[in-house]
Amino acid sequence: MHGREVEAVDQAIKDYWRRNVRLKLILLSIWAFVSIVLSILMIDVLNEASIGGFPLGFWMAQQGSIFVFVVLIFVYAKTMDRYDTELEATLQGMSGGNA
Amino acid sequence: MSVEVWTWIVVGLTFALYIYIAMRQRARDTEGFYVAGHGVPAVANGMAVAADWMSAASFISMAGIIAFLGSDGSVYLMGWTGGYVLLALLLAPYLRKFGKYTVPDFVGDRYYSQTARIVALVAAIFVSFTYVAGQMRGVGIVFSRFLNLDINVGVFVGMAIVTVYAVTGGMKGITWTQVAQYSVLIIAYLIPAIAIASKLTGMPIPQLGFGGVLDDLNAIQTDLGFGAYTDAFSSLSTLNVLFITIALMTGTAGLPHVIVRFYTTKTVRDARWSAGWALFFIAILYTTAPAVAAFAKTNLMDTVSNQSYEQVKAENSWFGSWEETGLLSFDDKNGDGIINYQAGDGNELTVDRDIMVLANPEIAGLAAPITALVAAGGLAAALSTASGLLLVIGSSIGHDLYTKVLKRGTTEAQRLRAGRIAMAGGVLVAGYFGINPPGFVAEVVAFAFGLAAASFFPVIVLGIFWKKTTKEGAIAGMAIGMTFTFVYIVMTAKGLLGMDPWFFDISPQGIGTVGMIINLVVTYGVSKISKEPPAEIQELVESLRIPEVASAYLKEGKA
Repeated sequence: MHGREVEAVDQAIKDYWRRNVRLKLILLSIWAFVSIVLSILMIDVLNEASIGGFPLGFWMAQQGSIFVFVVLIFVYAKTMDRYDTELEATLQGMSGGNA
Repeated sequence: MSVEVWTWIVVGLTFALYIYIAMRQRARDTEGFYVAGHGVPAVANGMAVAADWMSAASFISMAGIIAFLGSDGSVYLMGWTGGYVLLALLLAPYLRKFGKYTVPDFVGDRYYSQTARIVALVAAIFVSFTYVAGQMRGVGIVFSRFLNLDINVGVFVGMAIVTVYAVTGGMKGITWTQVAQYSVLIIAYLIPAIAIASKLTGMPIPQLGFGGVLDDLNAIQTDLGFGAYTDAFSSLSTLNVLFITIALMTGTAGLPHVIVRFYTTKTVRDARWSAGWALFFIAILYTTAPAVAAFAKTNLMDTVSNQSYEQVKAENSWFGSWEETGLLSFDDKNGDGIINYQAGDGNELTVDRDIMVLANPEIAGLAAPITALVAAGGLAAALSTASGLLLVIGSSIGHDLYTKVLKRGTTEAQRLRAGRIAMAGGVLVAGYFGINPPGFVAEVVAFAFGLAAASFFPVIVLGIFWKKTTKEGAIAGMAIGMTFTFVYIVMTAKGLLGMDPWFFDISPQGIGTVGMIINLVVTYGVSKISKEPPAEIQELVESLRIPEVASAYLKEGKA
């Protein structure tokens, strides 16, 4: 591979990693918000409201947070599949059939 | 037929199933023995993780723990689920890409140090042994409660079963048996839960129905002098709820027997999906447990409070039979024949937490085979967790110590034999602790999670995300984090020295969070002042971040 191609590949990988880290930060912020902020620090405030017979804070801490965690992981897996496919397509484009 | 006979039948059938599966999936080489040949599909792996994760404690005790803690039971609900998000995003895919066999493998290679490897393997063995003692004891307890066997006989039976399917099957056998064990335990948990939900609220889905009993439950509890069930921080302080939840979540992501479960998938992509499936399968039980807790507590209080003791016994057969096992006891302090269940000194009724799940089928009026199924479910939960832990113990000794540190075992056959012998040895020691449990069994959870949070979690995460973490940093961080956590737990745990929690009143269960922070700070600081890791290690770290397809392109480019 030529020098410029090596640089382009490196850049594609760096971009991929940056997207990956940004995705993680977003998802982990939601994780922290739901578990620490809503279900612990603000649970008394949320308990003023209710949902289906449950005080909202209580529901969030004992049920809602778990549902959110499951969704977060599946969102992560699906999005990473897309990033992986896009990286592969980019790299394939660069080596222009030499692969 | 009686419950006992049904239990023999149902448990016997499930044991036969596990042995059959393990014989079919027998490991024939070290790759099969340690990482199931990297061949487990994502959904199946998810079920195996779920079974491995949910131990005897989750199955039998958790609903009861939540019933008595009320809202603050969320520390366990979030603590034992939230860590999977950390695993999926920060650990599993990278360790799968790394592709070796164990956690000390990663620590030793990443930190280019035999010392680091040894520290890691000692920590892995300690954490896994403390945990597995509780599982073997759990097996003994289920046998004694349901089959009237002596607890020790139950432990021996458990040891025998685990030896047959785990030592012969290795990770391959263990994984597929765990899939079967998950199926057994989830059905065993859901049937009584759905039955009691229908009975109390007319709504068979426990997660939806349980809102309906909360007002009543709050009222009964406050009438009797307990705090309201749904009030936060009535059992634990805000600080402790925060610190314990975080310690449990980060500890989850640092437990070796959970981490190695992600080495077994076919690809990196499958590792991520499998984490999602794992949490999905775990969530089915973990969202049902708080419902069971609320229903069972409501039912108990409705049935017994301020009723005549003789009448309650006459009308509810479960009351008498569980009194005989000691899970319930009535002490008529004021001599009036009425059961005064209340907060404070006048309380006359002592209730063991495990009754919430164990007695549930009888309370809900279900037939004997269902109670037998609950026994089989509890055993499935205990055995699946025990086998995962024993694999870590076996691999730490048979692979990390024997092959990688002592450099013995040059052929596949020798290495495979070493793994089997190490695991069998682990079964014996685990059995011994099952029969002679150390006084601090209850603190085992604090130890295992606290140490995992303070040792493995920070060091693995930093190792993946910061190329410049050095071996000196990692060793210092692990050593100081672990020591601080270990000493604090020994000092403050009730089964040990029992001193007052002196660090901002944080309980021993929550101190792992502090240990983790100390580890992070020390690892970072020491890494900054020590020599940078060698270039090939920094390249190793970069290679972990790239999907397999891209690695292939890079290889071709360099050719």
